Amino acid sequence: MRLSPSRASLQFAALVVGSLAVLVLAIATAVGIGEMHIPLRTVALAVTNQFGWTSADISRIQASVIWDLRLSRALVAALCGAGLAMCGAILQSLLRNALAEPYVLGISAGASTGAVAVIILGVGAGAISLSMGAFAGALAAFVFVAVLSGGGRGGADRTILSGVAAAQLFNALTAYIVTTSGNAQQARDVMFWLLGSLGGVRWPEFQLLAVVVAIGLGVCIWYARALDAFTFGDDAAASMGISVERVRLVLFAVTAVMTATIVSMVGSIGFVGLVVPHAVRFLIGPGHMRLLPACLLVGAVFMVLADIVSRSVMQQQTLPIGIVTALVGVPCFALILYRARPAT
Amino acid sequence: MSVRAENLVWRVGGKTIVDDVSFDVEPGRVLGLLGPNGSGKSSLLRLLAGLRRPASGRVLLDGTDIARSGRRELARRVALVQQHAATDVNVTVEDVVRLGRTPHRGPLAAWRPADTRAVDTALEQVGMTGFRRQSWHSLSGGERQRVHIARALAQQPRELFLDEPTNHLDIQHQLELLRLVSQLGLTTIVALHDLNHAAMFCDRLLVLHRGQVVASGAPAEVLNPDLLRDVFRVDCDFLRSDDDILRILYRK
Repeated sequence: MRLSPSRASLQFAALVVGSLAVLVLAIATAVGIGEMHIPLRTVALAVTNQFGWTSADISRIQASVIWDLRLSRALVAALCGAGLAMCGAILQSLLRNALAEPYVLGISAGASTGAVAVIILGVGAGAISLSMGAFAGALAAFVFVAVLSGGGRGGADRTILSGVAAAQLFNALTAYIVTTSGNAQQARDVMFWLLGSLGGVRWPEFQLLAVVVAIGLGVCIWYARALDAFTFGDDAAASMGISVERVRLVLFAVTAVMTATIVSMVGSIGFVGLVVPHAVRFLIGPGHMRLLPACLLVGAVFMVLADIVSRSVMQQQTLPIGIVTALVGVPCFALILYRARPAT
Repeated sequence: MSVRAENLVWRVGGKTIVDDVSFDVEPGRVLGLLGPNGSGKSSLLRLLAGLRRPASGRVLLDGTDIARSGRRELARRVALVQQHAATDVNVTVEDVVRLGRTPHRGPLAAWRPADTRAVDTALEQVGMTGFRRQSWHSLSGGERQRVHIARALAQQPRELFLDEPTNHLDIQHQLELLRLVSQLGLTTIVALHDLNHAAMFCDRLLVLHRGQVVASGAPAEVLNPDLLRDVFRVDCDFLRSDDDILRILYRK
């Protein structure tokens, strides 16, 4: 890319403004569609009513559907997309691997084992929710990887291999529990949860996720320059004054907590964390000061759009959103790969 | 003394890679590190740059132990150009050189005029100003190596360490690069393979063999038939050219 800094700044600004506008529109659309169709105008008025800025005449039911059910769902979708895309960008840079994504450290596999333990084995005897089980499982996988890779000291390859081992182990545990103890209905529930579902998320989930993603963003921006310094590897970063081990441990921990929180709420939604960072990098370049906020916005847009698609392709039924992100994501990704082919 | 190594030892898995190495370099001088493959040159450079902690011994910069200064502080005074520093990231020449400003900038600090000056000066010193907007991946090996040196210079170091910077370059670019490095006026420690180049461009040489120092001193003192036979396992003749530089001629 031969861009003058001013042109790169313009592109970044255009991307931020553009994706913000699309995000607002997409969230409004997502709130409008469903069994009860609600026009955009009503959606807007319902929100401003809620804040006390307007007092338009909207039916109680409509207001409740908008505020209590659909808006929280759309905002959680946006935050999940934002968090996953940002985690993907960080892990790709930190591990210097184009295939890295939020689940590379075995987190979704661990989460599924935790969820299955709660759903099928009844661990915690009802005192532990599925989300808590999944979160615990995700963190167990992360600790497993951290120990196996020597706290990230063994280099990127060792970390990735440890993640692969963790994923295999926890997937095997999940399959073992499902096949030995589960009935058909439970297996279906688990399957549905694994593919990702935004059903059932409400304001408490939004609040928790908003805090986690905001803190995550703050930490990641703080380390954005350090991530840039990893361009030529660990030793190069160290020779430019980066405390490689500390940066790595902090960022792994932050991405693990973000991913675990997201997975525990909505299941493992694939592809967003892999594709969005590549697409954004292609558009505005690799500098993390811009890349991370841009990933946040584009990831949010992508997930809200995927949610709209998942709810509107089939009458009366919602597709697992993980299926949509892959079905929509792969063609987009193919296009980017094609356009980004080497000029030689 | 600008750089001083005292009894440096470094081990990996019970194997001693750097074995009791001591030397010092005066400010502004170029020290050449010689030795066959696996003699510990790269490991020694990593110890000197503070990337690895020695098992024992210490590195002093102007009399201060580098173990006592923080990573960032160290990176503002010492720069390292590695042997194989590659990337898949689509960066421009300017992006790479700007990385050299990392130790001078806080996590959220804005880009300052001093940073621009350092980057411009570094690009000019290596003659890559005209390439600044080019993609890193479009560069030749020699150009990439010069950009790495510019990145190191943007750190504004007083000491510059280079690990076989002429690897994979054609002879014209090898000579150009060494001329550039020797004229920077920085205290320089450079690992080299080519003995003739070492004789041409270095003020002093340090020869490593199996992690130990086997010879050190001015090129004319160090490079002699016995040493070359014992350490490098080659027989050679020596020639002293009109410009008073030692030339090594290898026998078949």
